[in-house]
Amino acid sequence: MLELTAVEAHEAMAAGELDAGEYAEAWSKAAAGDDLNAYLWRNEDGDGGAIAVDRPSIAPIAVKDIFCTEGVPTTAGSRILDGYRPPYTATAVQRLIEAGAPILGKTNMDEFAMGSSNENSAYGPVLNPWDRTRVPGGSSGGSAAVVGGGLAPWAIGTDTGGSIRQPAALCGIVGLKPTYGAISRYGMIAFASSLDQCGPLTRDVRDAALLLAILQGADPCDSTSVGLRQAPQLPDREDLKGLRFAVPSDLTEHVFDAGVRQVFEATLEKIEALGGELGEVSLPHAEHGISAYYVIAPAEASSNLARYDGVRYGMRAGADGDLIQMYEKTRAEGFGAEVKRRIMLGTYALSSGYYDAYYGQAQKVRTKIAADFRTAFEEFDFVVTPTSPSVAFGLGEKTADPLAMYLNDFFTVPMSLAGIPAISIPAGLSEPEGGGPRLPVGFQIAAPAFAEQGLLDASYALEQAIGFDARPQGVRGG
Amino acid sequence: MAELEAVIGLEIHVQLATRTKMFCGCELSFGDEPNVHTCPVCLAHPGVLPVTNEQAIRYALQIAAALECEVAPRSIFHRKNYFYPDSPKAYQISQYDVPLASNGRLGDVRIHRAHLEEDAAKTIHVGDSGRIHGSSASLVDFNRGGTPLVEIVTEPDLRSAAEAASWARLLRETVRQLGVSDVNMEEGSLRVDGNISVRPAGSEELGTKTELKNMNSFRFLERGIEAELARQRELVEAGGTVAQETLHFNPSDASLTPLRSKEEAHDYRYFPEPDLVSLVPTEEMLREARESLPELPAARIERYRKQMGLAEDTAALLATDPATAAYFEQTAKEAGKGVEPRVVANWVTGELAAALRQDGGDAGAAESKVEPAALAALVAMVQEKKISNSSGKAVLATLVAEGGDPAAIVDREGLAQISDSGELESIVAAAIEANPDAAEQVRAGNRKAIGAIVGFVMKQTKGRADGGEINRLIEAQLDARAG
Repeated sequence: MLELTAVEAHEAMAAGELDAGEYAEAWSKAAAGDDLNAYLWRNEDGDGGAIAVDRPSIAPIAVKDIFCTEGVPTTAGSRILDGYRPPYTATAVQRLIEAGAPILGKTNMDEFAMGSSNENSAYGPVLNPWDRTRVPGGSSGGSAAVVGGGLAPWAIGTDTGGSIRQPAALCGIVGLKPTYGAISRYGMIAFASSLDQCGPLTRDVRDAALLLAILQGADPCDSTSVGLRQAPQLPDREDLKGLRFAVPSDLTEHVFDAGVRQVFEATLEKIEALGGELGEVSLPHAEHGISAYYVIAPAEASSNLARYDGVRYGMRAGADGDLIQMYEKTRAEGFGAEVKRRIMLGTYALSSGYYDAYYGQAQKVRTKIAADFRTAFEEFDFVVTPTSPSVAFGLGEKTADPLAMYLNDFFTVPMSLAGIPAISIPAGLSEPEGGGPRLPVGFQIAAPAFAEQGLLDASYALEQAIGFDARPQGVRGG
Repeated sequence: MAELEAVIGLEIHVQLATRTKMFCGCELSFGDEPNVHTCPVCLAHPGVLPVTNEQAIRYALQIAAALECEVAPRSIFHRKNYFYPDSPKAYQISQYDVPLASNGRLGDVRIHRAHLEEDAAKTIHVGDSGRIHGSSASLVDFNRGGTPLVEIVTEPDLRSAAEAASWARLLRETVRQLGVSDVNMEEGSLRVDGNISVRPAGSEELGTKTELKNMNSFRFLERGIEAELARQRELVEAGGTVAQETLHFNPSDASLTPLRSKEEAHDYRYFPEPDLVSLVPTEEMLREARESLPELPAARIERYRKQMGLAEDTAALLATDPATAAYFEQTAKEAGKGVEPRVVANWVTGELAAALRQDGGDAGAAESKVEPAALAALVAMVQEKKISNSSGKAVLATLVAEGGDPAAIVDREGLAQISDSGELESIVAAAIEANPDAAEQVRAGNRKAIGAIVGFVMKQTKGRADGGEINRLIEAQLDARAG
């Protein structure tokens, strides 16, 4: 029964053919077999009191450890939140609980969602289920790995510059970053508040639609949340007739690995075969997305992470010294290198005298990128790119070179800056550069703000045509 | 060197008396057990988000209307980043380059801006210094953290410590009458800081200012500013220069201590608060704010001057406190057309205030036993010369002590003016007889000597005669005799 998608399981439960409790129990056992370091906490032995679901009625779910869960450890992958058990539950998680989805566990992640490989977790890297010498992507690496690795039927994660889409691509699953404001951020530990967005990581597009329907909606606790205009429906579109897909040549002309390019081009052919129209579009400012992103996100992070001081919750070091020493020691020991790097970057970018040159300038670029997309969407329904410039890379391969690591987000960051929805669907397998077993390649489709239904419909049609049914060795499915 | 002129601007923090905090649902309180009014939001737990208190916006709009400010159609919140135990998020949500309100006026002082923000928590540093550095422990009470504040910044339009204190009182009364704050300086719901500088009189340029904090009463505000002005004048007159710094006023000895530069060297790294949407007041909110305004002291002073002909200082004395103002207006109305409001005003601020002081109580006119109708009747009797001025004062003293009807008191105590001129003439004649020396001096041209004769008449009549009439009769009789 673990081969069922969440939607299929849901339908079977509704038809009385599947016992929701037994199904949840089976997944709980599967999750216990985690050999990817994907779960930081699993819901067993009744440890999840406050987030317990009395009567399961939908597939159980894995939750990125960035979501606060009352009474249940929540670390955001950081040592500084070691031992923290929040006094409240995030709205997104609450909605899952109310929908009857048992929480399977909390998944590993890059510390405070800063990273593209999951190697920045204070609790050790997550392994890619397709090749355990490789990274699962990040920052929602744990959520992607549990779904790709058969340790959960579906999961939620967060995406700030690609943190759902890129790991979904690297783990061969579907990852959706909804429009900014579609899902409440309340209780989602902030990295870069103007970019962070919760979203589904699922086996297929229909599961993503069902999960989005549960999660989305305006929340009185989040003034920036508006929800979608209409609750998403399960997609069933079979063709792409009359739909126009744009390839942004400014982005795709940049070199990425040959295998990824091949899968990307094959997917474009499938779009045409389904009756979709292809064209080129210019997003002249999009290639500056990474530069703008790595000013804005660290700037907001430097402010968001200033609250971790060892006083009210989490880890405390240097308690034998005076207050200032305690602060300094707690933060020195509590934060990892990448987090410190971004706090420094962001603090600098906001400093008086530098604000206009960095933060102000980056915001202007952001506005230009959003305008580029608006112009593109006057002519086209979707913008498509590869999700990631490469397939999953080796553990430790890019840790010494932060800039090389940052380029993982090259195709995903522009949509984050524009606040528009984008999905990554598995499009095929490709041999990594340097050889080895073939690994999943993601195809990214972006749509105008709040056009999630159209995005899901088109993705579903394309997903059916691609017919991706590969699974990592030893993982049931399809 | 030209005389040095004081240039003073004020920064006022007003705690709004909303039911809940600025960005969460915790109740406001004063004096409760520490840390009972807290939640994940105001304790800055990971993942929480602020939600703006609508009532706070409405109150701030009322203040903006009372200060005749322009309201920004779209203002935004910023994060003001600073690391301190009283600020659990390590930033304060405030407004920066686009405040809610700007370009206003209260009385003669221009308002630069007024904006919404949240209050910090309360800290107590245990140790000799009382400051965070070198303290053995710092205790934080988060009850106050997140209380809605309106910060009001004036232009540097004040020219003396007394003027600053008196304007601050006007502001307090204005905000109090809106009903949006307790405006209690001792409890900290009204906090006034001063920006102080001196410059050669007549100069248009501003001198280097210092910021003066911790003046938690109007008296301390005045004393603090005075002390700082004296310090700056002495410095500048000795050829020195004023350093820009923040000074802490110590009320116990009126000393000024610079705050440690380490605590002050802030780069607040302002940036727009991404967790909140723009603040866009609706037409309905703006209209409600305008319509909810009671007549405020400044407007009332203006009306008393222009429509009722009161002198400015008398108008200010009556208009500032709404109860006194209502008392005055009721008395003027009862007194009717025959009595000018100016006369009633002088009675309320002069004779009545003096009689109340004499009586020893600290009750204002409105709380006294003297009903507006009674005072009106009394003033009318004096005006119509039914009783003399001095009898009027005597009746007022009785009214203050017992209340009642002035006409009855006049009857009871036989204070009605001697209206029979024959009776008064014979008393005057007797008085001249009894004071021959004085009479002689008056005849010789020493007008002051008449006082002895007048006093004799007053004594004989027990004050029931009109002073002017007595004078006239004495002069007439002396002239007649001389002639």
